[in-house]
Amino acid sequence: MRPRDDDAEDGTGEAGGFRGAGGAGGAGEYGDAGGPEGPGGFGGPGPGDGQPRIPLPRASVEDSGQPLPDVVPVVLEHHVLTSLLGAWALAACSAEEASAVEEHIGDCAACADEAVRLREAVTLLQRPESLDLDPALRTRVLDGCLERRPPRIPVPEWAAPYDAETARLDALLQDIGDAEWHAPVRLRWFEADGPASRRTTVAGVLAHLLTVDGAVAVGLGLADPMGEITAAGRGPAARTEAYWRASHYPPTRLVRAPWREQSHGIVRTVSFTGDEGGMPVSYGDFELPLRDAMLDRAFECWVHAEDIAEAVDYPYEPPAARHLNRMIDLAARMLPGALAARRRAGLAAPGGPHLVTAGEPGRSLRLEIEGSGGGEWLIPLDAPGAVGSAEHEVAHVALDGVEFCRLAAGHVPPADAAAGQLGDREAIRDVLFAAASLSRM
Amino acid sequence: MAKRDVKRDVPMRWDRKMQQRLARGEAAALGELYDRFASLVHGLAHRVLDDERAADRITRDVFAHVWEHPDAYDPRQGPLRTWVATLTHRFAVQRLRATETAALARGGPGTAEELELKVRHASVAARADYIVQSMPAPLRAALELAYFQRRDYRQTAADLGVTEDEARRRLRLGLQLLSTARDAPTAPEAPKAPPGYGGAA
Repeated sequence: MRPRDDDAEDGTGEAGGFRGAGGAGGAGEYGDAGGPEGPGGFGGPGPGDGQPRIPLPRASVEDSGQPLPDVVPVVLEHHVLTSLLGAWALAACSAEEASAVEEHIGDCAACADEAVRLREAVTLLQRPESLDLDPALRTRVLDGCLERRPPRIPVPEWAAPYDAETARLDALLQDIGDAEWHAPVRLRWFEADGPASRRTTVAGVLAHLLTVDGAVAVGLGLADPMGEITAAGRGPAARTEAYWRASHYPPTRLVRAPWREQSHGIVRTVSFTGDEGGMPVSYGDFELPLRDAMLDRAFECWVHAEDIAEAVDYPYEPPAARHLNRMIDLAARMLPGALAARRRAGLAAPGGPHLVTAGEPGRSLRLEIEGSGGGEWLIPLDAPGAVGSAEHEVAHVALDGVEFCRLAAGHVPPADAAAGQLGDREAIRDVLFAAASLSRM
Repeated sequence: MAKRDVKRDVPMRWDRKMQQRLARGEAAALGELYDRFASLVHGLAHRVLDDERAADRITRDVFAHVWEHPDAYDPRQGPLRTWVATLTHRFAVQRLRATETAALARGGPGTAEELELKVRHASVAARADYIVQSMPAPLRAALELAYFQRRDYRQTAADLGVTEDEARRRLRLGLQLLSTARDAPTAPEAPKAPPGYGGAA
């Protein structure tokens, strides 16, 4: 169970947007039977606001010279007594007021009825149960619905991981307290074969997701979350830095609503694109087809949700196996391009003895991913367009799916990745470094 | 011309739009519906049934019902949230009654009267939860301070930055709203909208 230290949270989340839109109960409760209540509603000897509340004893008692009783009932007007009924029922008034109310309801049937009713109502007050909804319940419920009535406009299969990951992150965000939004987070990635990092906060991480998801939103014709903010470049890092800089104050929990609205808008809009997600989406310095961009955003959402969960000390599970499998597949498909880029930059060993033309089988590395969501991929080593081939396998790497994703996120240095290795050591090193180079801020 | 109540129009527009999207079979709309109401539905079902898996099942049934019968919701009768809460309440109470009746038939402990009492308690408790969640935020905040944080009404007034008169008024009004949770009958043929879910919440 997640800790819950924020009782002020109303627990209704987004649904809370309805509050204030009228009463919950039957009509008429707003009518106040106690009559108009102006300032200075205390009658009798009660002093004004801010004064000590102990009333002066009544003259007759004083005159008698007898000891004063501990609690002297104050003399209050009927409408004041009525207005006190709620506070009295909650034991939230002074002892003097309480005894005045009690004395009064001995004589006044209407107030006695209400007093009983309100006392009973108090017993209905219960602490909201801080039950965490099982994130897997969402998929089960939605799948059950869609089986009973197949959708005319389904969410594309390639958008399902993004839909699920954004919902999981949102459930985490619903449970964290105001202060936790400012918990420090260190974003980590791999750059030029070395670790890189950037300090921000939980809210800052969500602003990062908002701005980079924004690239997909813009590609779909939705509003750019950057608004009027201009960035030095169109890449993810430049957009994020510009967004952070544009505000005088660090981001707060207020960033949650626009992020969620945008992610819902993206899922909704991709349901209508209808071209198998082939539309190119520009990230500024690179491009992905929409279906891959959606996998990439799902992956980033999970990785940063883990950053957030770690910062606020909440548990967070890896994605569902079939979604994890799609994310690993995307990384595996991007590896040949990343290898080529490293080779061009002189960071990786030159291609093999025989150059391979596109579409031909070439030297390959078998990437075996264990655990849920795993599988096997043959990574062509010599050219991005070459075809992975079991006959030309020169190396075999085996590692756990989550570990591979942490490597591809730049959270585990390639040298430390817990990988079983067999075969061409140089090829293995190149592929592990290429995997890490897929990461970015 | 009277000023339009923007606060109220926005959710009503969202409700109507959601209904249209569900009706035309948009799976993304179902996801959004779940994201907005799942914790409400699960919470109410759990309050009635006091069982995690049973609450999961009610959650599944409620969303399946809304997805299969989006036209059953009439926006003129009130907000979508109220309709969803009413469905949840009805399904959960039906289920509680069914499981308790089955247990009784198998020779379990208790009497038919005790069963009715238990159903009624669970039903009232769930309705009370909903009323607290749906009442205007200032009333809920006052109750929260006075009841859970044990502040007296003067401290409550200071905490909320309102007059003491206003604090007393909010506490009384909040409890008056809450007391309507007991007003609904819990007969097997539950009415369409028990008082606790009615109104303009």
